[in-house]
Amino acid sequence: MDRIPILKFGYSLLVTIQVDMHDQLAMTLQDDLTARLVKERARGVLIDISALEIVDSFMGRVLNNIAAMARILDAVTVVVGMRPAVAITLVELGLDLPGVKTALNVERGMDLIAATVEEESASDANLD
Amino acid sequence: MADRSKNLDDMIRTHRAEILEEWLRQQSSLTKVTDLVSPKDLRDESSRFLEAFAAGLAINQNDLGGAAWNEARNQLSELSRARARLGFSPSETATFVFSLKQALFERLISGSKDGGKLAADLWVVNLLLDKLGLYSVEMFIESREETIRRQQQDLLELSTPVVKLWDRVLALPIIGTLDSARTQSVMEALLQAIVDEGAEIAIIDITGVPTVDTLVAQHLLKTVAAARLMGADCIISGIRPQIAQTIVHLGVSLDVATKATMADAFSLALKRVGLGIGTRKAPAANGGAGADG
Amino acid sequence: MPTSTERMEIRSAEDIVRVRQIVRTKAQAAGLSIVDQTKIVTAASEIARNTLEYGGGGEVEIEGITETGRSGVRMTFRDQGPGIEDIELALRDNYSSGGGLGLGLGGAKRLCNEFRIDSKPGTGTTVMLARWKP
Repeated sequence: MDRIPILKFGYSLLVTIQVDMHDQLAMTLQDDLTARLVKERARGVLIDISALEIVDSFMGRVLNNIAAMARILDAVTVVVGMRPAVAITLVELGLDLPGVKTALNVERGMDLIAATVEEESASDANLD
Repeated sequence: MADRSKNLDDMIRTHRAEILEEWLRQQSSLTKVTDLVSPKDLRDESSRFLEAFAAGLAINQNDLGGAAWNEARNQLSELSRARARLGFSPSETATFVFSLKQALFERLISGSKDGGKLAADLWVVNLLLDKLGLYSVEMFIESREETIRRQQQDLLELSTPVVKLWDRVLALPIIGTLDSARTQSVMEALLQAIVDEGAEIAIIDITGVPTVDTLVAQHLLKTVAAARLMGADCIISGIRPQIAQTIVHLGVSLDVATKATMADAFSLALKRVGLGIGTRKAPAANGGAGADG
Repeated sequence: MPTSTERMEIRSAEDIVRVRQIVRTKAQAAGLSIVDQTKIVTAASEIARNTLEYGGGGEVEIEGITETGRSGVRMTFRDQGPGIEDIELALRDNYSSGGGLGLGLGGAKRLCNEFRIDSKPGTGTTVMLARWKP
């Protein structure tokens, strides 16, 4: 598996992580996402981690990096499908995911992106 | 040493019947045994153990942990568990093994011609049966501990009910102290419910939590953080005045919405998911069925 | 079989994945709950990564223990890397703190029932972690 596929969904990009991510794959994903975000002028990145049984600090850094990079490009990042065991472990591990919003599943995640984008353009409009 | 063992197991097998009868007699002096264990079962258990004991002696008189004694240990383990379930005490259970000593000693003494060999044989039997007696007590305790663990688990589950208040809104009333074991159980129950019900808001009610100190506050915050990772926001309700004071005194910052009552929390939750509670309009003044005019 | 042991070298990122798989298998065999399995595999992943990146590579011994009254997983990581000067500090350190080693040892420790670390600058680091069925 060379790269993780990125799907376009409205004005969002959808990424489904199904394999154990290693350094090279993570780098490639970040590069690909940056390129697609610019190209599609996407406003949201939705990362589906429902297949992940483990999220360790490396994966945490990957998610945080993606969120930071997306933020710079004016897109919101939503992580969906975290398994209960993973959530409990992350909290115990003390790993924070700042800059990342979360939702239960893809559908909710898309709703969240839409709501956030709307909120942000509303507050942008107030600046005029 | 090996020779002596061989003799011992031969002796037991040769005089099996007598030893068994004497042993059964000894055991029956304990009323618990005669009340709760049928004579047939007792005879079967004792007979099988005697054979296992002899078999062990034939191979190895030193290492009770070894394969030679597997059968004997398994039998004792089963017996101890069964006796524990019947309500025996640990020492009543150990009587099974220790009363065998009496029977064996008598046989050895009456059949002995050589004082030195007798002493050595008695010592071997004594040592082995002491160890086996202790083993049966350990197995007894283990089965009790398993029962306690199971009951604790049941208690934990009973005391962490998660209630679906409305579409996308859950309530989790916590009753009792919130220690780390309980917190684990609470987190697991809550997160699973969030998945099962597709909840967006979880109201954690702490009316039933007697004290909130820094640790409890940390546990609560952990639970809130875990729920957030699953896309659900939390509201903590049931904050009694004393608890509010304690929290302020401790300088804990609860980075989560808090309400005094479950009702207030529910109202807030509904707002957050885009719903509200309103009054039904009164029926039309004319032609309304069942009007009181 | 009461205890099954596997040893392997940690020389690459693929090895970290393999460590996770082995620990997962043994944790399952020991009857640990899903949450406990996840905790110990995550802790193993953290320490394996430290062994690789901070320790310059090393080895791990993973034991799956199933005996009456006691079952679980235990692993011992060893490297000949630079070692850790102040272990107390390293244990308090967490991922988000700026300075410090950022090894996340405190976090990994919280995920285990047993955790021991021996390390001296210049002689490398040994970390033992274990999780038992309650």
